[in-house]
Amino acid sequence: MTTTTSLASVDVDVRRPELGYGDLDALMSLMTGDEKHGPSATSTLDVLWVLYDRVLNVTPDTVDDPGRDRFQLSKGHGPMAYYAVLAVKGFIPVDWLATFGRYDSPLGHHPDRVLVPGVEISSGSLGHGLPLGVGTALGLRAQGLGSRVVVLVGDAEYDEGSNAEAVAYAGAIGLDNLTVVVVDNSSSTHGWSDGIERRFAVEGWEAVRVDGRDHAEVTLALRGHPEGRPSVVVAHVENKEG
Amino acid sequence: MSIGMREQFAVTVTDILEDDLSTALVLADVSARFFPEATRRHPDRVINVGIREQLLVSAGAGLAFTGMRPIVHTFGAFLVERAFEQIKLDFDHQDVGGVLIGSGGSYDWPAGGRTHMSPGDVALIDTLRGWTVHVPGHAAEADVLIRDAVAGSGRVYVRLAGDDNAAARRVGSGRTGRFDVVRRGARASVVAVGPMLDPVLKATAGLDVTVLYAATVRPFDRSTLRETLAEPDVVLVEPYLAGTSTREVADALQDLPHRTLALGVGTPDLRRYGEPHEHSHAHGLDAAGLRESIGAFLDVPSRAA
Repeated sequence: MTTTTSLASVDVDVRRPELGYGDLDALMSLMTGDEKHGPSATSTLDVLWVLYDRVLNVTPDTVDDPGRDRFQLSKGHGPMAYYAVLAVKGFIPVDWLATFGRYDSPLGHHPDRVLVPGVEISSGSLGHGLPLGVGTALGLRAQGLGSRVVVLVGDAEYDEGSNAEAVAYAGAIGLDNLTVVVVDNSSSTHGWSDGIERRFAVEGWEAVRVDGRDHAEVTLALRGHPEGRPSVVVAHVENKEG
Repeated sequence: MSIGMREQFAVTVTDILEDDLSTALVLADVSARFFPEATRRHPDRVINVGIREQLLVSAGAGLAFTGMRPIVHTFGAFLVERAFEQIKLDFDHQDVGGVLIGSGGSYDWPAGGRTHMSPGDVALIDTLRGWTVHVPGHAAEADVLIRDAVAGSGRVYVRLAGDDNAAARRVGSGRTGRFDVVRRGARASVVAVGPMLDPVLKATAGLDVTVLYAATVRPFDRSTLRETLAEPDVVLVEPYLAGTSTREVADALQDLPHRTLALGVGTPDLRRYGEPHEHSHAHGLDAAGLRESIGAFLDVPSRAA
């Protein structure tokens, strides 16, 4: 019986009853093969952890529940942190991680909702998640379901014009079951003068900027969302990957 | 006097929205004026996103994520061609169902120029697999096929056009997707798609050919084509890009030496305005043009000769 998965001298003991935030580094190393790859090197990791640990109303048992909260990872590039969080929270087996990117692995370098339990959207082509999130929020609202939709986008991903279509429309109709998290590591080639949050605020969104590494700040920003209008949380992180 | 297909679409979809709470109509301004009552009665299920076609398609797919049946509509040029990656990824790759309804045919408003023409829509949808494509030739057929599409769970494209046949053919009621055998002959089989039936019947009057009517082109009814085939000569008459269904004919007859004549819209951009019938003439899709092409294919002298 195999209870330990090893790769690149990283050991994750899957017998432990509860994996946690402290295990994410080792779990990600199963995919990258890089044991020095600390959590801070992945811009989305802390936001993802806070979402699944403290914010979203969804568990491995409710991935098909119509009333679950929906998290849609629009920025599908570099999904190792996402897979690691899903593994810690029990959505996927830990031993899937070491298969990352292989021909018959469910875990690609962009996530596929058909292959991975708990993954709400397949992503990879930028600029699709936010418009999909608008439709999802509309569908939940039309059916009287009180759950919310949280979409994670990157600041460079926001270059795609499809985001602007979604932001203007969601603001205009006050789509308040929709929250966007922008992980802002200043990677957009031409940048966003006066902050990316202004693009949302002028369309009527509630906008707040937080330290994307500060779990308490991120939690507070994501737990509260206003009535009558959508909200955006810009999670600022330093880009340590250069 | 029958109503136009687009007006029929409005009547049919208004009715569907009333009866089926799981349906939602997504619009991008185009045709919104047809739905005042439905918008008032179902404000959460009649969704007009404004002139935003990427959002139009993606929001439709997002609705499907929540178990709803989206009906997504604008002109075919903007629905299929402008936002094609949204169709490819947000419906196909995400693996959700929906009904896309494009209007405007290939050149319903030629005075509007190339920007409002979409002869390539079916060919583009055809780069995906597993879609159902309906091309009704009459408003009454559009009613049946739209209802059929919404009642299902798959991915469907319904192509509406301004021109139509004088009479509706029987579609639906278990016949959806089957070619209708309009008449039998000893020589070629002519497949007339949607609004092409009337000009085809006129063009083939006096010719000893089989005429099949297709209001649904995907899936392509290979078995009826095979079963009714007299000589292995096939003429495709499609109201969109010529040759769109040639692959289907080739596959249906792959074990048989055969000839195919594929008629349809030739050069997509003629840089001409005017009226639809002038464009049908230019593409050889009016009765006279079809007669000439089909007659030459069958080596039958034209009537004028």
